[in-house]
Amino acid sequence: MAEQSATVNLTIDGAPISVPKGATILEAAERAAIVIPRYCYHPGLSAPAVCRMCLVEVEGAPKPLPSCVQQVQEGMVVHTDSADARKSRRAAVEFLLVNHPLDCPICDAAGQCELQDYAFETGQLRTRNVEAKAVLGRDKVTPEIMYFADRCILCTRCVRFMDEIAEEPVLQVIQRGHKGYIDTMTDDLFEHPFSMNIVDVCPVGALVNEDVLFKPRAWDLDQTASICPGCSQGCNVSVGTKENQILRAKPRFNPEVNSYWMCDHGRRVVISWGAGDRLEVPLVREGDRLVPCDWSRALDALAAALSSAAGEARAIVSAGASNESLFILRKLMEQIGFAGGHFRVPRGAAHELKGFPKLQLRAERVANARGAELLGYSQSEDIYGSVRDHTGALFVLEDPLEDAPADFADRRSPFIYIGSHLSPAVRTADLVLPSPSFAEMEGTFTNFEGRVQRFVQALRPPGVARPLWLTGSALLARLGAGVAVRTAGAAFAELSGEFAEFAGMSYQTLGVHGAIAPGAKSSAAAVS
Amino acid sequence: MAYPHAHPRETRVLSKYFGETDAIGIDGWIERGGYKGVEKALSTPPDDIIQVVKDAGLRGRGGAGFPAGLKWSFMPKNGDRPNYLACNADESEPGTFKDREIMRWTPHQLIEGCIISSYAIRAQHAYIYIRGEFVDVVRILNGAVVEAYERGYLGKNILGSGYDLDLTIHLGAGAYIAGEETGLLNSLEGRRAEPRIKPPFPAQRGAFGMPTTVNNVETLAAVPHIVLNGAAWYRQWGTEKSPGTKLFSCCGHLQRPGNYEVPLDFNLKELVFDLCGGPPDGRELLALIPGGSSVPIMTLDEIDCDVSYEGIEAAGSLLGSGGLIAMDDSTCIVHAVRKMVDFYAHESCGQCTNCREGTSWLAKILKRIERGQGRDEDIPLLLDISANMAGKTICPLSDSAAVPVVSSIQKFEHEYMAHIRENRCTAVR
Repeated sequence: MAEQSATVNLTIDGAPISVPKGATILEAAERAAIVIPRYCYHPGLSAPAVCRMCLVEVEGAPKPLPSCVQQVQEGMVVHTDSADARKSRRAAVEFLLVNHPLDCPICDAAGQCELQDYAFETGQLRTRNVEAKAVLGRDKVTPEIMYFADRCILCTRCVRFMDEIAEEPVLQVIQRGHKGYIDTMTDDLFEHPFSMNIVDVCPVGALVNEDVLFKPRAWDLDQTASICPGCSQGCNVSVGTKENQILRAKPRFNPEVNSYWMCDHGRRVVISWGAGDRLEVPLVREGDRLVPCDWSRALDALAAALSSAAGEARAIVSAGASNESLFILRKLMEQIGFAGGHFRVPRGAAHELKGFPKLQLRAERVANARGAELLGYSQSEDIYGSVRDHTGALFVLEDPLEDAPADFADRRSPFIYIGSHLSPAVRTADLVLPSPSFAEMEGTFTNFEGRVQRFVQALRPPGVARPLWLTGSALLARLGAGVAVRTAGAAFAELSGEFAEFAGMSYQTLGVHGAIAPGAKSSAAAVS
Repeated sequence: MAYPHAHPRETRVLSKYFGETDAIGIDGWIERGGYKGVEKALSTPPDDIIQVVKDAGLRGRGGAGFPAGLKWSFMPKNGDRPNYLACNADESEPGTFKDREIMRWTPHQLIEGCIISSYAIRAQHAYIYIRGEFVDVVRILNGAVVEAYERGYLGKNILGSGYDLDLTIHLGAGAYIAGEETGLLNSLEGRRAEPRIKPPFPAQRGAFGMPTTVNNVETLAAVPHIVLNGAAWYRQWGTEKSPGTKLFSCCGHLQRPGNYEVPLDFNLKELVFDLCGGPPDGRELLALIPGGSSVPIMTLDEIDCDVSYEGIEAAGSLLGSGGLIAMDDSTCIVHAVRKMVDFYAHESCGQCTNCREGTSWLAKILKRIERGQGRDEDIPLLLDISANMAGKTICPLSDSAAVPVVSSIQKFEHEYMAHIRENRCTAVR
């Protein structure tokens, strides 16, 4: 039985606001665009109200109240910036700094540290503390995460993440009082597929990923909204880049997909994606050699290949390719007849995040299998077998063919490869078109449940590598078979116009959290 | 063995059989009129018991002085969840050792109190959370519980009344904060003894998430007497707001330290100088802490008051747990306060910033002053840190640590200044 008219009216810093009953003062304030400083509070975790940073003055209350747990009441008058509230906040920051080392110049969290921010905000330039600071040392808590106990402010966000979200309560406050620190109960390091979230939730530089330790300064990183390509979950990530390199991946909030979390595997995939010797320019076959060329010659070669191809075209595609590229490839193939395309799905062990079961590191370790399926490609256990008897045109999109048999392409003609790496099998192609990795272009993936989500270009692609939706559509326009799209959004609009599975969708309708493709809904309904 | 310092001016209700080894066992206890209160209670409706305890005006003896009957009345009466009673026998307040004596000499007095109180609040399981350091007391209490089960005072269908009650003794592991009622509940559940945010109060969500009443040993031990003799009988002692008798654990620089039970309108100065004999010969009383280390320090000229909750409060301190600490003129107040603050720094659970950092910061400053490296600005700094600690945390430990600092600076600032400016201690050696 939901309560009707369950709204509470209150005043925060003079602004009248209405919020649902049961909201906390802190949540209510955020609706009025008032951010109450906090450390222990995290929107994805329970609120223990221990940091005492979010204390606010409530008229009529005998003492300041922790806004992260105090529920709103009708007619409440809250002051978040009164002299009393400010004094409480100053006190909390001063106390936190009593034993906190001021090692910001060598701290990885500098620039993204909430303690640093509020220390500046409360304007305490000089300390009143002349006593020696406690030294508690540092130790690893997982094979990849270092814990700097001196910096720790014991907000217990990491403890609560492992307890409430991972549901594996391996972290605990050890000792008590000013001697307290975070550790496991055993001498062992712990391992958990989602362990790196404890680094994300740490408001200071106490928990640090060793792989980025002492590498980037937070302010040197560019942040780009992206989608993790590590599995079919489609976690929303923020990619941190510096000097055209991905240095880290952090989860980006999406309540429908990954909340505030992502798995460790995904982070490693994002960081290592696109490594190795990359294709930078188109290559065309001249006799038994592949020679570099510019895009106009490459597209001429592609046009010639299409017009000379005998019979229909088949394709091997990567299910990590974007919806837009898969769509344009299909359009190109349709010029001579689409005889099917196959993709493979690498698999790994699935891991569920128990406290947020929507999120799993899924067994399907590829981002866009569902999208490829909705665009008419089929999953195959044996992608090489799928083209064994095929003698016409063969397109390969982004699958590196590293395990292809030696005679793989002997009887196929022409063999057109669009991708990023030059494996032995790719060297037998008639035409090689360099394409960017997911981080080097814009596009969409369709996750396991059919949710179409956008990712944004974070890096410069190598050389003149260009996405197929751009180059392919240019050729299609030349052939009078479509329009040349200039943006991924336009390519997606074309796609949704042609495929009923995506009918009515556009980059505008996808919004921040993505949207379920109509085709995925109906096929899900058919399954159930 | 007779109890060390019984005094004719005492009013011995709870402590009547202190020192009588025969009263420890259940036979000796029954011979002395034991379990009559249980018999009477089990034939009385639970709400009538709550009412008589309310009428008697029994206030919580753990330190806060909250009316016991009122606390019981918050418990759900027909809930679909089990109610629990948790007896707070952690007795961790420095200077307090009355519960220990109640349990050591009269364990059945406490068990009786637990049975009656559990019956009144409709609990079928009671816990006695006792501090683990009380090794001998635990042994005695365990024996008493076994006896009570054997005689049918605990277990199924107690005395044929149809009422069932189990009683579990749970040992703490040595933390002051486990004496805070919600910290106690967390510890009882096997968690760290970190106090919980209130609300919800224990009567709504206590042990294992169930409605729970937490009462101090001395409070529960008084219940059988009240049930047996009535509210008016209990009100013959004490004041309107503080009826009854109370045990005072008197320690420190006294001729006859020990537990003394007096009515709550007894004069504090007489308690110290008459019952306890005052300071040792040739010494002057310098300061007094009447209710455990968490209450403000009093000077000699402040202690001519009665020992009621309101009497001591009017005199500038608090009754607290009744842990009376006397300090004579050989005491260095700075040192004494530093030891107290050290204690709080050691015992702070550490969850709240202000307490975790504030207690250790205060301790470091006091240590520095004691070493002769104090600065004039340390006094306002100590006061400001204390102000930033008080009223800003989940539980009152933070306030408790600030109390001795603030009250000692108010009343003994000259001692601090002697250390700071002259590197000199005012204690008379």
